[in-house]
Amino acid sequence: MLEVNGLTKSYGKLMAVSGVSFRVDHGETIGLLGPNGAGKTTTVSIIAGLMSPDSGEVLIEGKPVKNDTDPVKRNIGLVPQDMALYDQLTALDNLTFFAALYSISGAKAQQAIDDALKLVELSDRAGDKVGTFSGGMKRRLNLAAALLHDPQILLLDEPTVGVDPQSRNAIFENLEALKKRGKTLVYTTHYMEEAERLCDRIVIIDHGKVIADDTLQELHKLLPITNVIAIELDNANSFKPEQMLALPEVKSAELADGKLRVGVHDLSRGAPGILRWLSENGHTYHHVSSERPDLETVFLTLTGRSLRDA
Amino acid sequence: MIPFLALVRKDLKLFFNDRKSVIVGLVVPIVLASFFGYLFGGQRGNAETSKVPVLIIDQDGRDISRGLITQLAGDKTLDVKPSELAAAREAVRKGKATAAIIIPKDFGNNAGRALFSGANKPNLELLYDPSHHIELEMVKGILNGAVMQSVSKEMFTGISGRQTVNEALAQVENNRDLPVEDRKALRDLLGSVQRLNERQSEREAQGAAGSRLTGGLNLPYDTHEEAITSGENVAYNGYAHAFAGMGVQFILFMGLDVGITLLMLRQTGLWQRLRAAPLSRSMLLGSRTVSASLTAGFILFVLFSFARIVFGVRILGSFTGFVGVCAAFSLMTAAFGLMVAALGETVEATRGYSIMATLVMVMLGGSWVPTFIFPKWLQKLTVVVPTRWAMDGLDAMTWRGLGFSAAVGPIAVLLLFTLLFGVLAVMRFRWRTDG
Repeated sequence: MLEVNGLTKSYGKLMAVSGVSFRVDHGETIGLLGPNGAGKTTTVSIIAGLMSPDSGEVLIEGKPVKNDTDPVKRNIGLVPQDMALYDQLTALDNLTFFAALYSISGAKAQQAIDDALKLVELSDRAGDKVGTFSGGMKRRLNLAAALLHDPQILLLDEPTVGVDPQSRNAIFENLEALKKRGKTLVYTTHYMEEAERLCDRIVIIDHGKVIADDTLQELHKLLPITNVIAIELDNANSFKPEQMLALPEVKSAELADGKLRVGVHDLSRGAPGILRWLSENGHTYHHVSSERPDLETVFLTLTGRSLRDA
Repeated sequence: MIPFLALVRKDLKLFFNDRKSVIVGLVVPIVLASFFGYLFGGQRGNAETSKVPVLIIDQDGRDISRGLITQLAGDKTLDVKPSELAAAREAVRKGKATAAIIIPKDFGNNAGRALFSGANKPNLELLYDPSHHIELEMVKGILNGAVMQSVSKEMFTGISGRQTVNEALAQVENNRDLPVEDRKALRDLLGSVQRLNERQSEREAQGAAGSRLTGGLNLPYDTHEEAITSGENVAYNGYAHAFAGMGVQFILFMGLDVGITLLMLRQTGLWQRLRAAPLSRSMLLGSRTVSASLTAGFILFVLFSFARIVFGVRILGSFTGFVGVCAAFSLMTAAFGLMVAALGETVEATRGYSIMATLVMVMLGGSWVPTFIFPKWLQKLTVVVPTRWAMDGLDAMTWRGLGFSAAVGPIAVLLLFTLLFGVLAVMRFRWRTDG
């Protein structure tokens, strides 16, 4: 469906994208994950035809985008990071206009607009000026505007930036609905939880390079620990967590706020031994839970830096 | 065609939805044009112009000076008031009077003698406001005529004139340097004047009412003034030029706004969405050109409609030519806006230098004041400014009432500027959203 081969793009001395390659299949959702300035937006811009790469190519259904009017571009729907709507016009006027850019008019346009508004649950606000919308509603309409020409590939450049959790959830429900319809989604974000919730595969970009490209499950395997057992001790004051490192299953152990966090590679083999060791050594506890490490940890492991600090 | 029309329609909707733009684009030029039109003559072509305020300090106080004041006061272009020297100086300094005329003591006698002898001419002192030097020339011209009339009248018919003529005759008789023929001729001339004076004196002694001559030297001509407009009995309408000027100015600002908006648009997600659609560059720029031209045409239409209804401004020349000039100027403005967007680096800097360029174009094009009051060298220079051609074209088609041939030149030049600005815009436009 979409192939990105060896994209390179520099702005003066700054190499924004350096040899980025990945492939997205029909109906697949991939997350382009990376900190701000990693090269995600540049990559998306090149895929959308907004700029040409210094080298490399983008193939959509095996075909490159040859020029501005190439019909291949109709396969792509772009949801820019910045709001791409006219505040002074109504939602209906906006969508009518964006449909017309793809030569869709009349009844066909009306149908497409109705469907898009229904998906993003803004049908009842169609006649209102966009300037009166909340940030979350604008974000949803921003998404709707990219759907009117029924593109197979949706490029979503941080589509939830600056919205409240409720609106973010609404957008996610919209995206999950699109996913169910078989759309191919390329989703850039620096929010781990978004990528974890939505994406089948994660492409991690840092300093313009792809540093990982795999499913979430496989990415977890890159980690020295895949699970953390959190144990709330009855008497944590006298406990010394480094003692636990002697156990063969334990990869890490730290104590904070009365909670002992023990990292293990295999939960089913590690947990019984750890709990048994605590009992045998007189440490009682009142709560035990397990946590999976998130993409933040994956990024930290791969780059040595926290994603949000990068 | 659907995308092109949608792009144009969207621009027009945005313009009309933005009330501020509409107000700035329509109401403000109407108000300013109405004001300037009134200043520059209004509907009846300078029928009611302000009188020039002139103060007179009469230090002579005799018949001639009083006659002179009466003459000046009778002129319809002057507002003459008596004053004292110090007060007059202060009034001129404060700009309350354009000039002050000081008639010195013995002015009448000395002027009368000088009329025949040419020697010992008395001085008339003129105090004037240097910011009104053009009006000063007018005051001097009127003063010359008034002095000649009042002095000669007194010399030929007045009491002091008789005495002066007698003195002049005695001088002629005693001047042995004069050739005999010249002396005879002067004696005959002055003798005739003396006899005229004596008859006047006898009539006054007999108390003949209304018998006093009112003559003296008069201007030997009258002027007939005819404003050459589009036709006989068609008065010049100052609003025609004013509405054309303000229309040109505000349409240029509208074009500038188009450029700045496009420059800002390039930094937004909207531009990315437009560029992601399968639209050619010529469609994106062409639609903007058409929408800006239509907006400009609409502004001109509203302005001239208002001027027609309220101030009676009419297209006295070729209507086709008028439409042609409007269309060519509208296109030129749109191309100018695109060029601003293409050459601009940042919005702030672009706004600054393009406002300056626009104001210079407006000023040199004659939108504020007609170009004929410019110095000759500047009038020649302004032919390189497109607004000059727009103004000349609109003037020709409105109040001058010229035919289509007079519009051909302005239309052609405006279209050339459109081409120049358009080519520059296309060549320099940065399509990529790099950075």
